[in-house]
Parts: sequence; C-alpha cells; structure tokens
Amino acid sequence: FRTVEPLEYYRRFLKENCRPDGRELGEFRATTVNIGNTGSITTADGSALVKLGNTTVICGVKAELAAPAVDSANKGYIVPNVELPSLCSERFRSGPPGEEAQAASQFIADVIENSQMIVKEDLCIANGKLAWVLYCDIICLDYDGNLLDASVFALLAALKNVQLPAVLINEETGLSEVNLKQKTPLIIKKHPVATSFAIFDDTLLIVDPTAEEEDLATGTVTIVTDEEGRLCSVHKPGGSPLTGAKLQDCITRAITRHKEVKKLIDKVIKSITPK
Amino acid sequence: PCLSPGDTSVLAGLYGPAEAKLSKELPDRAALEVLLRPKVGLPGVLERSREQQLRQTCEAVVLGALHPRTAITLVLQVLSDAGSLLSCCLNAACMALLDAGLPLCSLFCGVTCALGPDGAITLDPTARQEQEARAVLTFAIDSRERKVLMTTTKGSCSVEEMQQCLAAAQRAADTVFQFYRDSLRRRYSK
Repeated sequence: FRTVEPLEYYRRFLKENCRPDGRELGEFRATTVNIGNTGSITTADGSALVKLGNTTVICGVKAELAAPAVDSANKGYIVPNVELPSLCSERFRSGPPGEEAQAASQFIADVIENSQMIVKEDLCIANGKLAWVLYCDIICLDYDGNLLDASVFALLAALKNVQLPAVLINEETGLSEVNLKQKTPLIIKKHPVATSFAIFDDTLLIVDPTAEEEDLATGTVTIVTDEEGRLCSVHKPGGSPLTGAKLQDCITRAITRHKEVKKLIDKVIKSITPK
Repeated sequence: PCLSPGDTSVLAGLYGPAEAKLSKELPDRAALEVLLRPKVGLPGVLERSREQQLRQTCEAVVLGALHPRTAITLVLQVLSDAGSLLSCCLNAACMALLDAGLPLCSLFCGVTCALGPDGAITLDPTARQEQEARAVLTFAIDSRERKVLMTTTKGSCSVEEMQQCLAAAQRAADTVFQFYRDSLRRRYSK
C-alpha cells in the first residue's frame, strides 16, 4: 500500500496525529553531532559531522589568505558551498550542481549574512592587503530530507571548531608569515539555528520532514532564529499558502528548537575542549 | 506601489503548455520551468535560488493537473533594477500567466517591505532604502484569502516586526490586485 498510494498511506497516519516512523507531528529526529578531530576531517581547519536521523551532512572549513575586495578593504570573505553528490540519493545526478544545491548554497550564504554570526571585519589581517577567506564546504552524505537544518547546524558546529593561525606581515619583504603554533579560535557572535516544516494538504504542518514526506508535501517553510528570538530568515519558497497565524506557530516551534540545539552544541564543545 | 516601482522593470515571457522533453515530463501535471536572466552577467547562484522560489510559487497556483506531460517555461529578463526586484519579478510572472490564459487557482502578487533602523516600515523600497534598511522582507500574497505563498528575508528582525510587515503587505496587495484588474480591462476592452 505504501508504494502504490503513498499519499493515502500518509493521510491515515496524519489523521491520528502521528507519522509512520512513530514520531509526533512536532517531534524532531535524533540529532547527533561530531566536532573536530573525533571522526571528522583532520586536514581541515574546522569540521563537523551532523546526523539528523538518517540525513548526514559534513562540513569542512578551510581558511586561506587573499587580498580583500577594493570596496570593502577591511572585510574578509566567507564562501559557503553546498554539494549534493550523487552518492547521497538517487535523485541527484553527478555533474554541475543542480538547482537544489545552488539554492541551498544561496540560503546558507544569506543566513551567514543576515545573522551576522561572523563579523567580516574580524577576518581582516591587514587593511587592504590581506584577509582570511573561509571556504565552507557542506557535503551531504546521506539525503533523507531536511537538508537545510542539518547544513546550518553543521556549519555552525564546524565554525565553532575553527582555529585561525596568527599571521604576521614581514615589513621588508611584504610577504606574510603564518605561525601555525599560535592559534586563536574564531569569534562567533550569533548562533543561528534552522527549523524546517513541511505543509500537507494546505493545513497540516509537520516538523523535520524525511525525504518521503518532503516529496508528498505541498510546500516547505524554513525558519532561522538566533539566541535573542530574532528571525534571521523566513524561507518559504512557494508551495501552499499559509496564514499569518500558522506562520506564527512555526516561529514559536523554531524558537523552542533553537534552545535544544544550542544545549546540544554547548555540551559537545565542552566535551572536546579539555583535550 | 505599482508594477514598476520607480525604475525597476522586468520583462516576462511565458511559453506553454508545450511539449516537454521526455526527461523532464511529469505524468500527472505540467512541468514548470523558470529562467531568470540578470541585467548584467551570467545567471549565478542567486538567480538559481530566485528561480526556485518563483517556480514553486507558480506551481502552487497553476492547475498543472489539467495539462499533464507538458512544459510551461517562464523567462524573466531584468531590464533595470532600482529596488524591490523580487516582488517585481513575482508581479511580472503573475501577469504573464494571466496573459497566457493558463488555468490558475488564484492570483498572487509580490510586495517588498523594508524595516528602517528606527523600525519604520517602507513598502516598495528603492535600492538606497533597501541598503539602509535593517531588514528587507519580500512576500508573495495570494488573491483569495491574502495568505502567504512565499517569503524571503534579508537581515534579521523580531517576530512582531515580521507580523507587522506581513499585515502591511497584505493591505498593499489589494492595490496591486486592483492594478492587475485595470490593466487587463484595458487590454481586453480594445
């Protein structure tokens, strides 16, 4: 029945206010996060692996040096890139990034910009001459829905793990000398957390959709909040119309989720710092 | 608040329902494709993201089930950008859908709100107002019950401010829908 009439199969569960995998409508899947050298990328300056149920996303941050842009001489760059390789799901073909990957990359760039989580002026080393470029590569290893939440979480965790080496500019030669022994952690001002919802049949809202639920849904909403309860981004790319009240419900749920995620990140960071 | 607020103008061309390529055709509904071309340069990641938003907004209103296995292509060319670009694209897309006579379940319109540093709400901001604003929110409002079809935000704002912007946008939507009615009346009364 599930393969023949997936929508009817789902409707039966939704009538009872629960989902086939046993979750409530407002319940998230089990979230686990691995930061830094414990099981993640050792060659990157910062990395994190996030698992949201089956959806697995890994983020690696590499810091490189570059000259800042002419019109913003005291700002560095953060360049996020989301990749959906064909190994994560049969719906993605290998080749140039598809629309979903590009839209996700743009979304992450917007979140970084809107939430001001990293002040670009902090990334500048010498005004007009040298600045850090943080290349954040977010790669999905297993796609089971809710890519945006997992990506934002992985990015946040990886950036918290980044240690930037001290850079001195040699006055005589004009070249930069990187001191790998002296490292300072990256200053993160805000901690944005994304919460995604799927809209069913114009009325029902379910949290943290799996890939199957996303396919059957008639629309999606993603809300990004930061610690103060401010909205960094309300992303609703089309889909069924929602009233203002329903949107308000989503926002309240997102704020609760933010607290849970923040607690999780703090716990993980505390557990790795003594090393 | 009108279709080209200030000097922003977008040209929209709609082609369809036409025969779809085998790889792109869907068995039960029409396949919608949106192409957004910026004024200068090649389309990049930002255009792709805008295309996805426009496509899903149009898919929600177009009754695709009446034209299965066909392709509807919407091409938008930005002629000039003086602020509120995304809502201009939304309005152009809706008018193109109307002009082509495609079956729609409702109309939609795009409204942009800018939140100034002092909390003042400006509708249809110019490029300079957008830059000075603390946050810029774009909504696509549908014509039947003024519900929200699409939202995008730039910059951060509080929840109350977002609700206020939404209410203001819903009120402004009435003016835009009246404009649609007037332009169509002019077109078909000749």
